[in-house]
Amino acid sequence: MELGARVRFDYALVASKLPEIFHALGITLYTWILGLVGACALGFLVAVARRYGPRPLDLALGGYVELFRGTPFLIQLFLLYFGGPYAGLSLDAIPAGLLGLSVYGAAYFSEIFRGGFEAVPRGHVEAGECVGLSRAQIIGRILLPEMTMLVLPASVNMAIILMKETAVLSVVTVPELTLTISAIGTEFYAFVECLFLLALFYWGLTEICSWLGRIGEARLARFRFAAA
Amino acid sequence: MSEPAIVVRRLSKRFGETEVLHEIDLEVAQGQATCVIGPSGSGKSTLLRCLAFLEEANAGTIEVHGEPLGFTEDAAGRRARLPPQRIRAVRKQIGMVFQQFNLWPHMTALGNVSEALKTVRRLPRAEAEARAMAQLRKIGLENRAGHYPAQLSGGQQQRVAIARALALEPKIMLFDEATASLDPELTGEVLNVMRALAADGMTMVIVTHEIGFAASIGRKIAFLDKGRVLLAGAPQDVFRKPRHPRIDQFLDTYLDRGAAMLI
Repeated sequence: MELGARVRFDYALVASKLPEIFHALGITLYTWILGLVGACALGFLVAVARRYGPRPLDLALGGYVELFRGTPFLIQLFLLYFGGPYAGLSLDAIPAGLLGLSVYGAAYFSEIFRGGFEAVPRGHVEAGECVGLSRAQIIGRILLPEMTMLVLPASVNMAIILMKETAVLSVVTVPELTLTISAIGTEFYAFVECLFLLALFYWGLTEICSWLGRIGEARLARFRFAAA
Repeated sequence: MSEPAIVVRRLSKRFGETEVLHEIDLEVAQGQATCVIGPSGSGKSTLLRCLAFLEEANAGTIEVHGEPLGFTEDAAGRRARLPPQRIRAVRKQIGMVFQQFNLWPHMTALGNVSEALKTVRRLPRAEAEARAMAQLRKIGLENRAGHYPAQLSGGQQQRVAIARALALEPKIMLFDEATASLDPELTGEVLNVMRALAADGMTMVIVTHEIGFAASIGRKIAFLDKGRVLLAGAPQDVFRKPRHPRIDQFLDTYLDRGAAMLI
């Protein structure tokens, strides 16, 4: 065989793998969206705890944020999946992936939300106190919605990053797009074509995500703060 | 004469090393407008924020209709913080209007005014909105009920903010430079709402730079300087000649703010 000979990409063979690919796409979407929801919720709790909780809790959570932003997700996931059992935490691949994504993403989201909290004018909170809103009502009725419009662009960005991080779940055998399509590539000796296809999938998902983000931003634009 | 609505005794407030209020004594009469004037940095806004319990004083007491706000002090000056529900009960009697309006941008005018009726007073939505609508009608903005703050002028926003405070039927209204961030042609509509409130017999504490307005609406004027009440009394006494030199000096700088009529 001539060096660099091209292996023809056989679409019929790929078509026979379509059910598998769609299943993998489903797993990618599933882990991404659940991981994203987990990361958002956990990140929000961390931001609230750091803002209103006692100082030692703030410091401890600050340490968590630094640690999880300061190490690669790949290593965190390896430690969780392969190291977890030594600490009594044995998880299947998908739950481990979801937990890993949530805890990793929450570190970033908590910082996004912290900045969002600080960007809400103090007076809006004071106005709430003056009409008797409780702290929980101020968080839920004023800070959270006002912050949402401020942090939406950064959050869409983070959602896209998390979507691409789902590819890392392949290393702990989650049967998502990267694992599945590279396996097909190996099977057919069509590495380049399959990687190309894989890139297209992620790019497509990214475009859908940023499109949704733009719709969200446009919808929130009418609430934009009036110049005082 | 009925008992005063607010009694402030020896109230002091420090921010770090800076003493912003120094042993302030002030009585606010029921059913009247009391205006607090003075140069920038004299502590007017801090005093008002203490009355709204947005700032906690370091010493001294505030009584609202005989009830201590936030802290009690015994004869030896030992302070004790009151439990939250007692603080809330006193704050309920007080409405606050801010220089920056501080409307919530994600709620319509109606939403801003009805929010606390729904979440704090726990009224059914329909009733809360009916009451809020009635407040908006009073200030002439019922046709702006569905507008978001960003779609309203500054004067309209401030009127909505006043309606938001009034919706909870406070006994006392505090105004912190309510017109200071408005264009001159928009201050009039806000001052008119405040005049109507005063005519209705609302107890008001008004921090303002509008000296002419203060002199015409205030039954009592307190002049603050460097964290102390320099002079307090009826406008004709405070502004009567010969005046305290510090007030003369202050009025000179406000000649162009409607104070000319007093000089």
